[in-house]
Amino acid sequence: MKKSADAGKRQEPRPGGRTRASGLSIMSGGRLIGPRLQSMQREPFEERSRLASTRLAEAAGQAGLLDVAYGYADSPFGPLLVAVTPRGLARVAYPERDEEETLERLAVEISPRILESGSATGQIRRELEEYFEGRRKVFSIGVDLSAVRGFGREVLRQTARIPFGSVATYRDMATRAGSPRATRAAGNALGANPIPIVVPCHRVVRTGGGLGGYTGGVERKVALLELEGVELPGRA
Amino acid sequence: MLDRPAPAPAPGNQRIPPFQSFLEEHRTLVYRFLAATVGPDEADDVFQETFLAALRAYPKLKHAGNLKGWILAIASRKAIDAARARSRRPRPVPELPEIADVPGGSPDPLMQGPVWAAVRALPPRQRVALVHRVVLDQPYAELAAAMGISADAARADVYQALRKLREGWNDDEEER
Repeated sequence: MKKSADAGKRQEPRPGGRTRASGLSIMSGGRLIGPRLQSMQREPFEERSRLASTRLAEAAGQAGLLDVAYGYADSPFGPLLVAVTPRGLARVAYPERDEEETLERLAVEISPRILESGSATGQIRRELEEYFEGRRKVFSIGVDLSAVRGFGREVLRQTARIPFGSVATYRDMATRAGSPRATRAAGNALGANPIPIVVPCHRVVRTGGGLGGYTGGVERKVALLELEGVELPGRA
Repeated sequence: MLDRPAPAPAPGNQRIPPFQSFLEEHRTLVYRFLAATVGPDEADDVFQETFLAALRAYPKLKHAGNLKGWILAIASRKAIDAARARSRRPRPVPELPEIADVPGGSPDPLMQGPVWAAVRALPPRQRVALVHRVVLDQPYAELAAAMGISADAARADVYQALRKLREGWNDDEEER
């Protein structure tokens, strides 16, 4: 700092004072004031700021500034990331999904106003846990498919209507979405389903009786169908 | 100065991160800055105001070039607003609460002690400039940008703040 610190108003040295002698430099001369203030850099604000951040999500929701709220639901497959918008459920992500990437995609597809919120995701988390405990067959929360375009969205909308405990084929879904010959496109849309379990793509199987694929492995599809009491051909 | 918009983030191609990531990256820094400028009792409320203002403006950001400078600019304005509001109304609570009463875990006497009381008795702008410079170790160019003032004005604010602190502080007594 040196003299440049005097750029403002020049001050007369105080008679007998030490201000002048020690200078006003924080780095060198400020033996007491400077170190005392700088020592605050080591103070732990981690916990306080974390609590304040939790409060922020609540305040943001009340102020209508929370476009996407996310949280975690327990499941037999591990914690599922769930994200809701004012329109409904927009994402269910299996544990192996990279969380940062999931949130970044939501930021691009929906809005960067994304905060973790236990209360805003409370309903869907409870309903998913009830589903896995066999106590729930229908989810009451709506789905937000606004990030999915065109034919894919229609396929997913139709898939959302397949009842608990029943199955349909990929060809069925193509037909219901309005393009009977677009079986492969229907399969692609289901493979990219951003809301698995709640938009039950696990209830869509192959025409010949084969199960077809599933995100993270067909064993998950089997587990979900067995949970729903669906009789699977070739399985005990 | 309060009417000026926050300095635009520097040009860059980075995407705007999800707000939660942005919050995680800067929350400790912002909280520390506010605890120093408005005090631990009011830091929480001003923290909320700061990040709610950021959240409101967030989708309009064009790029993620200088998000740290952006949030510190908002925090600076909110700290100055809070300090001015506080100086206009009498406060029934004592200036220096007991350390044992500090909520949220470990006591931090450095924020509660007489030096910090003296810092928070400084005029708002000088106080904010001082904390930027000394607590956050910000270069003058950056603290000036965050406060929407010139680098010379920022230097003068820090200088005046330190001078006032020294005048009000008896070195000899403290050294015993």
